[in-house]
Amino acid sequence: MNDMAHPLGRGVDRVDGPRKVTGRAMYSAEFALEGLCHAVLVRTTVPSGRVASIDAVQARAMPGVIFVMTHENTPALPQKGRAAVNPPAGRVMTLFQDTTVRYNGEPVALVVAETYEQAAEAAGIVHVRYETKDAVLGFAHAKRDAYRPERGPQDTRWGDVERGRAQGEVFVDEMYTTPMEHHNPMEPHATIAHWEGPHLTLFDSTQYVAGVRETVAKTLGISIDHVEVRSPFVGGGFGCKGSTWSHVVLAALAARQVRRPVKLVLERRQMFGPVGGRPRTEQRMRLAAKRDGTLTALRQDVLSHTSVFEDYTEPATRPTKAIYAVPNAALAQKVAQLNVGTPTFMRAPGEATGTFAIECAMDELAEKLGIDPVELRLINHADVDPSRGYPWSSKKLKECYAQAAARFGWEKRTPAPGSMRDGRWLVGYGMATATYPAEMEKCRAVAMLEEDGRYVVRCSTQDIGTGTYTIGAQVAAEVLGVPLGQVRFELGDSRFPRAPVSGGSMTAASVGMAVRNACLALKEKLLTGATAPVSVEIEHSPSGEDERKLATRSFGAVFAEVRVDRDLGVIRVPRVVATYSVGRLLNAKTGINQLQGGIVWGLGMALMEESLLDERNGRVVNSDLAEYHVPVNADVGTIDVTVVDENDIAFNELGARGIGEIGITGVAGAIANAVYHATGRRIRDLPITLDKLL
Amino acid sequence: MNSIPRDPPQDPRRRFLVPGSDLDPSFGAGLPDGAEAALAPGAAVAPAVHVRFTLNERPCELTLDPRVTLLDALREQLHETGTKKGCDHGQCGACTVLVDGRRVNACLTLAATLEGRRVTTIEGLSRERLHAVQAAFVHHDAFQCGYCTPGQVMSCVALLDEARANMPSVVTPDLHAGKPLELTDEEIRERMSGNLCRCGAYVNIVAAVRECADGEGA
Repeated sequence: MNDMAHPLGRGVDRVDGPRKVTGRAMYSAEFALEGLCHAVLVRTTVPSGRVASIDAVQARAMPGVIFVMTHENTPALPQKGRAAVNPPAGRVMTLFQDTTVRYNGEPVALVVAETYEQAAEAAGIVHVRYETKDAVLGFAHAKRDAYRPERGPQDTRWGDVERGRAQGEVFVDEMYTTPMEHHNPMEPHATIAHWEGPHLTLFDSTQYVAGVRETVAKTLGISIDHVEVRSPFVGGGFGCKGSTWSHVVLAALAARQVRRPVKLVLERRQMFGPVGGRPRTEQRMRLAAKRDGTLTALRQDVLSHTSVFEDYTEPATRPTKAIYAVPNAALAQKVAQLNVGTPTFMRAPGEATGTFAIECAMDELAEKLGIDPVELRLINHADVDPSRGYPWSSKKLKECYAQAAARFGWEKRTPAPGSMRDGRWLVGYGMATATYPAEMEKCRAVAMLEEDGRYVVRCSTQDIGTGTYTIGAQVAAEVLGVPLGQVRFELGDSRFPRAPVSGGSMTAASVGMAVRNACLALKEKLLTGATAPVSVEIEHSPSGEDERKLATRSFGAVFAEVRVDRDLGVIRVPRVVATYSVGRLLNAKTGINQLQGGIVWGLGMALMEESLLDERNGRVVNSDLAEYHVPVNADVGTIDVTVVDENDIAFNELGARGIGEIGITGVAGAIANAVYHATGRRIRDLPITLDKLL
Repeated sequence: MNSIPRDPPQDPRRRFLVPGSDLDPSFGAGLPDGAEAALAPGAAVAPAVHVRFTLNERPCELTLDPRVTLLDALREQLHETGTKKGCDHGQCGACTVLVDGRRVNACLTLAATLEGRRVTTIEGLSRERLHAVQAAFVHHDAFQCGYCTPGQVMSCVALLDEARANMPSVVTPDLHAGKPLELTDEEIRERMSGNLCRCGAYVNIVAAVRECADGEGA
């Protein structure tokens, strides 16, 4: 394993690490272009209605102000700006094509000035008058008009759920709710738009370089050959940077008007609305089981919110389709419209929310049956994919339960709630199953041998902190049989071969396979006499689960210890232990780090994160990092992550399934179950804040 | 500051205080008269101020809009972009730099206040080889996306100085003098909690800081 010629799998240091720790890594807002000017967004202050008038006279007269863009002077776009609505890349944007106001905080004007300070000040004195309409802001009200979305996850049934219920002897029927959340990567969304004649270059913080290119070209009605997107470093994404949102196109439009490069960086509070978030969910979960613990029926009815102008459905039924061997199931999804920005995929969309509901319900069932929670999950282990009957490409979940339980010390748990104490602390142990699908998408890469003897591999993919720079170089070095230092992997540039969105935990497999195949093809060429400089570009086109009749999914087991102050209700999580079945880890160091980070997200979801909507005016009340609580260092105790030895070559030749999202799944369930075990209080409404325990 | 216009535009407090478009316009109302006069209208179009300070051991002279923060001066005027803007409100720590050796949020520090001060940013931490803290962060993979990292590193450098000076934190059990401060993991977590890491690399950050702290003790 210490052989430098075989770097794959080893925990080598991140190749971009030195650039990141010295501040030399260049993020999107940091490119200094000649003549750069600064833009600041003005947003609506009412949740519904229309813009009656905009008075920008005073703003335009401010020192340094170059341009104020509103619906009155924004060029008309093809299909009113809706020419590229095709998620994940393209969404319904606000591009000042009309006067409609659909949510509070929606972009309504853009001020461009010589400096940021001048633009910010002028943005504050753009006077907008509105004709307001009644807005729908209460979820209780909105859900009266809930409907099945046309796109997105569809209702699923298998077996006969009524018959299954009739066979049941023990039942759970509970409602689990999760709040609106926002991604809040540390780097805010940022775009620099730069026109040179008909050519547009965008420096954009994105999880999808190719998606931005295609969406912006189509939306502006220009040739895709005239658009270039660069994104060499992305300061976190977690889903919100997977789509092209309004500010990207607005920056391009403004730059074209002022004939200078324009930089638009969202303010932190502007990231609570126009760039998506996790929708609020209500999940009614109904389980039926025999006395021996065997599940006979499962029903899940999910309701999530969306905006009034685009459907996004939180696919919380997706994990339920695969997690346990239940013969009869009926899973349904509905959405309800609110006057808010459209929600979007946020780390483990569907699985983060869905596993909270099913894993709490399983814990409730285990208690009713008097069966250990781990044992109940083993009884209902899905040996094949329950909804379609396909075999798994590889699944080592039983090993995960055993390994994590042993590392955690689960055998020390006494089942009765409130039975474990340490001084003033009520101690609780809880566990849950983690799961996330494994998918690949079509991806291209080019491999080259340069005259100086160095190998260069290029792919337009993104490194959003996930280690793509590093594992790409590792895969190439492994295939080419050369030391890591002899390979350079370049990414984040639309001039490179097309890669899919960095989302859905599919980058390692999709990009990894394209890099592998390109390097194999290059090696072949070199063996047959080609000499430097030489390059080979290939496309890797994977086939899906249904074509192969093979189910591909990762699993894991999460165990959490919580301590609840018996008087104050303060909740601490001193340790989390998790073991995953995720195929082969391509880099032990970056891989474990990412799984740990996912668990930190789970901790935030369980105990802190919640965007509070003011139902009077539609604003998120806590739209900053002081009031929207994410875990800080002191909130995190020990996190012990291991993976079982696995090599999923039925999925792909690298044996890797992808790990970006599975870390968050199951964690909120494990913590909620541990809180119940500590206190006897079953909290089914996230986040579990101390007021709910008092 | 000697050319304050006679005829202030409407609601000058709002003009100065509103950093973007989103602040409630009533914010800042009710300031004492003196404060209002001091902030008012000239601030919006105030002549440039001149400031000299030391940046990473080199003299630095800037002529700037008095509203410019140290963070924006570094990023937009000096093109020293290693210092990051995460929130612009002093809530995330991504912009942490040292001023006279103490850690501060550059986004809450007006550049005009730095006359004669000594500013150290991530760019000034190392010249050819990585600083021990930077090396420890790489070795322990104490980051993912890297955006909070310069701030984390600067915080860690300051933390080690603070520990050396026996400065207590809220979790320090014994404040009585004479006892050298012990940098337990709890102390490290507490002292690094002003720096958010949304990727959640906290376990590795603690390991990196731990290595630096232990290296010093040895």
